[in-house]
Amino acid sequence: MTREEIITAIRDIITTIAPDEELDGLDTAQPLRDQIELDSMDFLDIVMELRKRYGVQVPEAEYGELSTLDGCATYLGPKLEGQELKLAGA
Amino acid sequence: MPTAPPYDAILIGAGMSGLAAGIRLAQFDQRVLLLERHYLWGGLNSFYKREGRRLDVGLHALTNYVPKGTRGAPLTKILRQLRLRYDDLQLGEQSFSEIAFPDTRLRFSNDFELLRSEIGRVFPGEVDRFEALVREVDETNPFDENAEFVSAREKIGAILGEPLLVEMLLLPICYYGSAREGDIDWYQFVILFQSLLQEGFARPEGGIKPLLDLLVARYRELGGELRMRSGVSEILHDDERCRGVRLQSGEELLGTRVFSSAGWGETLELLGPPFAESVEGAGESGELSFVESMFILDQHCAELGHEATIVFFNDAETFDYRRPDALTDPRSGVICAPDNYASENPLPEGILRLTTLADHRRWCALDEESYRAAKIREVDTALGTASRYAFDPRPHTVFRDAFTPRTIEHFTGRIGGAVYGWPEKRLDGSTPLENLHLIGTDQGFLGVVGAMLSGISIANRCLALQPTSSNR
Repeated sequence: MTREEIITAIRDIITTIAPDEELDGLDTAQPLRDQIELDSMDFLDIVMELRKRYGVQVPEAEYGELSTLDGCATYLGPKLEGQELKLAGA
Repeated sequence: MPTAPPYDAILIGAGMSGLAAGIRLAQFDQRVLLLERHYLWGGLNSFYKREGRRLDVGLHALTNYVPKGTRGAPLTKILRQLRLRYDDLQLGEQSFSEIAFPDTRLRFSNDFELLRSEIGRVFPGEVDRFEALVREVDETNPFDENAEFVSAREKIGAILGEPLLVEMLLLPICYYGSAREGDIDWYQFVILFQSLLQEGFARPEGGIKPLLDLLVARYRELGGELRMRSGVSEILHDDERCRGVRLQSGEELLGTRVFSSAGWGETLELLGPPFAESVEGAGESGELSFVESMFILDQHCAELGHEATIVFFNDAETFDYRRPDALTDPRSGVICAPDNYASENPLPEGILRLTTLADHRRWCALDEESYRAAKIREVDTALGTASRYAFDPRPHTVFRDAFTPRTIEHFTGRIGGAVYGWPEKRLDGSTPLENLHLIGTDQGFLGVVGAMLSGISIANRCLALQPTSSNR
């Protein structure tokens, strides 16, 4: 997956988890939690969705890498190499 | 190698907590079986039909009302965790509600400022102390698992100066969730103060059934299995871990984990020896049960001059919250007018509900004939008091019904019909067996939203514990 695809993948997961959140205009360099309402329960969901959709394991100690969309793209790039984007969001 | 049990999780009880836990587990590819003893789901928040009308069992109000998009609120959390949209619930807000004592009434609504101004009007000397109580509530973490019991009556008595205000605040809070006679645990008081007074009341359009339908549909869509009329007679175990359950039919079902919303002592009884004996040591069982009556009216409550959504009344200066030394205690109760919730499709008929404290043992000791007569007589007696705080529904009644602690025990399996369960809660959901988890009322969350949050939070713990489970 490309960086853009990974960001699309994460946005799609957030849409699934938080259908009431407005995701247009998210700044990819700013922490997600500063822009939309995501608590620790929601972060667990993002991690679980990554595992469910792409088989990716994110150890708890590395959750911090997922704090921004840019961070997600960098951290998940190697883990998602060669995988197809899977969209489930409504 | 023994083969893996067919289910990752077996859940006992398709009430709010079981459905919510089931959805969470199924969402992450767990193979889930939800078992319900009754032929309807919902548990303590179910419904039934009489003469073509659908009547809600538990729901006076969905507490924890917050407007759409409110951050960090319990309602927002459960919607997100269950992946439901706020608009799916079609919530209608309360008009206002009242705490009514003989000479004093306090009004509140979904805007906390109303209660603040009422405190200023009725108890001008208490304004600062009431704010101190609000600060104390805001600063308390009610989910601290190591917290010891603290009496809310003593704690708020020490903060507030006016004894009548203490009684008035305890009235709605005990009625909507205290499993303890005469008092409530401070931490539970905090949860209820927030969910009843700081947040508020709403009603899903159409009552509890559309909400239950939504949960069941979501659960099934995720591949969860639901079996009705499947009461559990025993939790199978080897003293350290459980293996599954045996149904009343004798059928055995195996699972990696079992989640029980049956209640704390009720779950110990399902374990059999040696754990069933420890029911004695499990603390006091819940003593609080209720008679709930419903009056279908030929006019709406508002047309009859009654505009409050819920009235908590107490016909004395002090509030005596305990199992009565009689079938019922007519001195206090809750009057709910479901048609005073805002609604897109107003109810076709008026309806008034009345809840009073009741003694399970006395109701169970009656023979059939006396039981039926008592249901009418006792409710009429309670109406003698309740009418003074609302109105007398009888001249406008086209249909009436009531259920008692005996009915509650029969359909839910709660010992003594104790709707709020055991006084001692188990916030971590733990049981004597490491893979048996307690969810629902006795885990410590309260109300419809609280029960769902209970199922979700305990299911999440188990999901987090299984980071390497593979996809199926």
